[in-house]
Amino acid sequence: MPDPVRPMIEIRGVTKRFGAFTAVDDVSLVVRAGEFLTLLGPSGCGKTTLLRLLAGFETPDAGAILLDGEDVTHLPPYRRNVNQVFQSYALFPHLSVRDNVGFGLRMQGVPAAAAAARIRDALAMVSLAEQSGKLPHQLSGGQRQRVALARAVVCRPKVLLLDEPLSALDAKLRHGMQLELKHLQRKLGITFVFVTHDQAEALTMSDRIAVINRGKVEQVGPAAEIYHRPRTPFAADFIGQANLLSATIVGRNGTTARVRAAGGLELTVAAAGLPAGASTALLSVRPEKIHISKHRIEAENVFAARIEEEIFQGATDQLTLVTDQGTRLHALVANESAIQEAFHEGDRVHCGLHPDDLIIVQAE
Amino acid sequence: MDWFLRGWTALVFLFLYGPVLVLVACSFNASRLNVVWEGFTLDWYQKLLANAPLLRAAKNSLLIATATAILSVLLGTAGAWLLHRYRYRCSQLIRTIVAIPMVMPEILMGISLLILFATIGLKLGFTTVIIGHVTFSFPFVLIAVQVRLHGLDPALEEAALDLGATPLRAFWLVIVPCLKPAIIAGALMAFTLSMDELIVTFFTRSASAETLPVQVYGMARVGLNPMLNALSTLFILATVAFVLFSEYLRKLSR
Repeated sequence: MPDPVRPMIEIRGVTKRFGAFTAVDDVSLVVRAGEFLTLLGPSGCGKTTLLRLLAGFETPDAGAILLDGEDVTHLPPYRRNVNQVFQSYALFPHLSVRDNVGFGLRMQGVPAAAAAARIRDALAMVSLAEQSGKLPHQLSGGQRQRVALARAVVCRPKVLLLDEPLSALDAKLRHGMQLELKHLQRKLGITFVFVTHDQAEALTMSDRIAVINRGKVEQVGPAAEIYHRPRTPFAADFIGQANLLSATIVGRNGTTARVRAAGGLELTVAAAGLPAGASTALLSVRPEKIHISKHRIEAENVFAARIEEEIFQGATDQLTLVTDQGTRLHALVANESAIQEAFHEGDRVHCGLHPDDLIIVQAE
Repeated sequence: MDWFLRGWTALVFLFLYGPVLVLVACSFNASRLNVVWEGFTLDWYQKLLANAPLLRAAKNSLLIATATAILSVLLGTAGAWLLHRYRYRCSQLIRTIVAIPMVMPEILMGISLLILFATIGLKLGFTTVIIGHVTFSFPFVLIAVQVRLHGLDPALEEAALDLGATPLRAFWLVIVPCLKPAIIAGALMAFTLSMDELIVTFFTRSASAETLPVQVYGMARVGLNPMLNALSTLFILATVAFVLFSEYLRKLSR
């Protein structure tokens, strides 16, 4: 279980530039002991550079990195108690599975008998005990991935860094490994820092997610918090689906405010996230939060719309709605039973939205 | 069309290997003259193995070629690694310069080395011949290793560092084993080049460091001796074996 108090990694104002390009821009982030933290962002956002800074393959241009209280900013990778699982696995092609896993122990000078026992345990943990004599090229992709994992954890690092380790696996295997990794992390109690561009993967595995965009951390928090309470337009859009509505503020009334979305749809929102004096805002609405019915709805925000497009997705129906004011919204309804009221293209429907489900992600 | 292509191919091969086959046949010919066949004999091989100066020259050649191969491997591998791993202001220039001795006329190499050795007062002998051979042999190792490095996952070195290996241990325990096929192929190439080098040796040798090609050249000038056919046959055999072996290693490294 993550320790809520003890920080394992402290990143303090770290900046890394490559020529004129700033890959990591004044990032401060705390990783708690024993937690599974995911660095999530599109390719080129700086998440891999941040991981390389933690591993010691890059040195920051500014700022400091603390590992379990010790300043490791300028320590080379071979002096940091941190191990990495590489995207390409980087197994040593000339060494057997056993010797690959034992490489780190050999570097640490662990006596042969003790090393053999630890290698055996590590291979048993990833269910590869029978393959220990094989060479990497004789293994399947999934098996190689497990060897890379065993090789990294056998050294008992304080932090395990994982650089998109599942991206080379096919979808089915990937999903299995996601859960397996999460369980393994719980069992070992090692702090995991996981890099991915796959938001579904991040939601499945992480205790907390750090959303990264253009070298900056946009938002850090538990998956559910980022999903339900995104704080920036990027966070709202990158994780899950979101309707982003730009709106002007037309009035305030204590805890609520009235806004007019582009197209003229007027809505009531919670005023908590709205700074005083703001005149425009960007709102995020999750598609499944829009209530849809063919009958009238009792709700704070009600409006009528026409179904422009309906896409059957099995468990859910994806609808594109156009409100009478001309605002286009994506909605998701659950297909609970075959006999429920079905929605079809061209149908007129009533929609309802709770003010708390209208998230202000930007205001000026 | 088909028969024409076949015929043409046969002609090309005859042109390439005809002389070699004649030479091999003559090494077993009882006649001193190469033109008439007088019966099978191993006399020339026997005489060859009894010829002290030739045997000494052969020993010298093997020694020089071995030293050349070892030094070329050290220089070539280290050079390739440094050029691959680190960026210098003139990396590209260095890469180009390094390849020049491979294509430079040997006579130029020979003369310039001779002038260099005379200037710095280095006595001609084994050392100078070996230095001469290394100058044009090590680029072959460097290029072979460079090609191999190019195809190597850069994460391999990082993985070794990450697991606690110092840069030196990472190079020795991970990079070198991955480069082994290229290193061996390069070493064989350097050995072969040194073994049959004549011109550079001619300028940099001393009487005590006579190599086989120089000795053979000296003998051939006085007149063709069937003993040389026997020697050449042995040489061809060794060369073919070497080429096949280094090709095999090159395939392994892919």
